[in-house]
Amino acid sequence: MKQLVVVSGKGGTGKTTVTAALAHLAASSRTLVLADTDVDAANLELVVAPELESTEEFWSGELAVIDEEMCIACGRCAEVCRFDAIIPGDAYQVDPHACEGCAACFYQCPVDAIRMEPRHSGQWYVSRTRYGPLYHAHLFAGEENSGKLVTLVKQQARLRAMDEKVDLLLVDGPPGIGCPVIAALAGADLALVVTEPTVSGQHDLERIVQVAEHFGVAPTVLINKADLSVSNTSVIDIYCQEHGIPMIGHLPYDTSVTEAMVRGLPITATDGPVSDALHQVWRVLQTRLWLDS
Amino acid sequence: MIVTVASGKGGTGKTTVAVSLALSLAERHPLYLDCDVEEPNAGLFLRPGLKERREVGQMIPEVDPDRCTACGRCAEVCRFGAIIVISKQVMVFPELCHGCGSCTLNCPEGAIHEVFDAFGLLERGVAGPIAFAQGTLDVGKALATPIIRQLKQWAISEDVSGRPVILDAPPGNACPVVETMRGADGVLLVTEPTPFGLHDLRVAVEVARDELGLPVAVIVNRDGAGDAAVDEYCAGENIPVVMRIPLDRGIAEAYARGMPLVEARPAYRQAFQDLYDDLKIMWGVEE
Repeated sequence: MKQLVVVSGKGGTGKTTVTAALAHLAASSRTLVLADTDVDAANLELVVAPELESTEEFWSGELAVIDEEMCIACGRCAEVCRFDAIIPGDAYQVDPHACEGCAACFYQCPVDAIRMEPRHSGQWYVSRTRYGPLYHAHLFAGEENSGKLVTLVKQQARLRAMDEKVDLLLVDGPPGIGCPVIAALAGADLALVVTEPTVSGQHDLERIVQVAEHFGVAPTVLINKADLSVSNTSVIDIYCQEHGIPMIGHLPYDTSVTEAMVRGLPITATDGPVSDALHQVWRVLQTRLWLDS
Repeated sequence: MIVTVASGKGGTGKTTVAVSLALSLAERHPLYLDCDVEEPNAGLFLRPGLKERREVGQMIPEVDPDRCTACGRCAEVCRFGAIIVISKQVMVFPELCHGCGSCTLNCPEGAIHEVFDAFGLLERGVAGPIAFAQGTLDVGKALATPIIRQLKQWAISEDVSGRPVILDAPPGNACPVVETMRGADGVLLVTEPTPFGLHDLRVAVEVARDELGLPVAVIVNRDGAGDAAVDEYCAGENIPVVMRIPLDRGIAEAYARGMPLVEARPAYRQAFQDLYDDLKIMWGVEE
């Protein structure tokens, strides 16, 4: 089983559009399991028409709760809290958005007025799609620990992929370079970085490539909307050449991508230049993933 | 007025809007904070001179082996598994530590003290009349939220009443976004009229309006690209759509070169000034 993770650094470069297209193309000749690890803004489900099979709750970390009756308003909790999570008053209160669940206040309260409660932070799901099972999740608004939820979704998807001996675990990654991205990249055979020829895309590409290499995952690059700036595209091409990073392909700027999304279709199910380019991308990726076969 | 520019979905035009708002309000000496510390990009458009720099990080425990009795209390109180005791040895994992200080407070021998562990950088300077500050998470490090928290403390330390303060948020709906929205007078949400844009707009509204109780307004970017569902949603939720930026290859090409919207299309300058004044009225902020 091979594991391919689609990431970007910068958001909105086309990760999910590319992932859905690869799922569509891969399913014609290979078996696969899909995982959407952008748990803050899970969009893959919007284009692969999932049929929900099961829902599980995600509990993560703890939240401090102050008992109003018992609180003597001594202020010790506010003194030890480093996250500005304690709101002073006649009885002190906890700001749940600021509380990290460290329990420093719990141990310091002289009258034991603070208890730690488990935190219901999200849900994760298993769905059936026409390409294979999809593992996805929703982190509740403003919750922490999205990295942990990413790890959970990936582990579950990976177990299923191994149980069913599928060829490919295809992972749609989150934007950025922090905790959730690191969790999404863990154990991948190949990272496909989707970028765009903008000054932001270029800047973020360098950072995500460093993260992938830092964690021992081989990066490859795909430039979306490549004709938006021919000069920036060639700068990215040269950057990749100089750093020995394989350039997998260029996709043209084309508004038909949005039209396909509105219709809930993978772009490769339509005809056009982006679809053609992605067919070629998948051929290149296959040789990279299964060189030995 | 403190305005957080956010989106849920990445790449909808947060930085485009935030930068254009700042440039349009130049005469009012705005303060701009790039809080997308995983991928800070506003500096590419505003090109500030960054004069001041400081490392950012947190205090992590260091154990004095002469005083430590390996009692295990530190490991017992740590909620993050960042300190463990194995065969009479205490080990600290800085990448798991949240810097809460609970182990230090609870050590019965006073054997723990804290040392600074850096994982990012804060910088500030000016871009013409705009005061600018940004945070940058070190590559390979996980914790974005503390950098945002410290960036805000550092950059908004002086009195900012009477000045526009613009916070450029990271994508998503998790704790880094909440940290960027906390304390704002309102949130300007940038979306695009597509199923992805709508899905992630809903999520952003849940965070800003429903969880944090902040007023929200929407800017539709790439207007004309997809369908009418974003407008229907906003109408149904009573969320004002305060600006539309059309789908325009020329704007996208200017952005690619690092040219701000208000330079590529100068007519937007007045529109952003009016927008800011309208938001002040809508959100009841006096300045």
